[in-house]
Amino acid sequence: MSKNQANRNKSYEKYVNSKVPKPNILKNCLWAFFVGGIICTIGQVVHNLIESIYKYTHLDTSNITTLVMIFLGAFLTGIGVYDIIGKKAGAGSLIPITGFANSIVAPAMEFKREGYVMGVAAKMFSLAGPVLVYGISTSVIIGILYYIF
Amino acid sequence: MEYVNAFLVGGSICVIGQIIINKTKLTPANVLVLFVTLGAVLTAIGIYEPLVEFGGAGATVPIPGFGYSLVKGTFKAVKSDGILGAFTGGLTATAGGVTAAVFFGYLMAILFNPKTKP
Repeated sequence: MSKNQANRNKSYEKYVNSKVPKPNILKNCLWAFFVGGIICTIGQVVHNLIESIYKYTHLDTSNITTLVMIFLGAFLTGIGVYDIIGKKAGAGSLIPITGFANSIVAPAMEFKREGYVMGVAAKMFSLAGPVLVYGISTSVIIGILYYIF
Repeated sequence: MEYVNAFLVGGSICVIGQIIINKTKLTPANVLVLFVTLGAVLTAIGIYEPLVEFGGAGATVPIPGFGYSLVKGTFKAVKSDGILGAFTGGLTATAGGVTAAVFFGYLMAILFNPKTKP
């Protein structure tokens, strides 16, 4: 490669970098904050509702809240609403547990044509699988350390 | 006030995720994995528990809350069952959430079809 071409490559790289759209971080963060905050507030409302109606312990109530949020996330993904929220909200819809449900349902629906075993059931875990692997493995390591010390 | 705290804590956790996605080359999948692991580690060193007490659902609904439940369950089981608890406690505490994710996820994927993208 001649020196000339190396120079040209460099200037082209500069050109590409100047043309790649810069994410508007402030706007994205505001959206993430707002949507994430609302989802968590809904979680708190669900939590308080359950606590006021049923006599579950605090821990059980948290568990039931998680169930309800996962159901909502999965359902809203099914009817196509969650992806519309997700386009604007970014991490605001990804990080809450509803986003975890979304990451299960979305690929499962997408790969339905590949069958119900290797399509739906296998692809469900394309994103949720890694989360479970790392979450559970970390908790086992922490548990062993806790046992030793 | 409880709702305001949940909003603030939950929103802030999501903003941290958004900054990581925008500023680094990590994909959303990487961020989810990172946050679960972080949630577990922060719980183990005692930082996440005060956040849960302050923020309520604002700290338990985001995905680090899953790591929090895993480690909290593990600690509880290790106390009562010893080393076996390290392997049983995490999933025992999160059994409801994991089962719900599998069952509802499968159900919704069967019931609905993806919307055709324009």
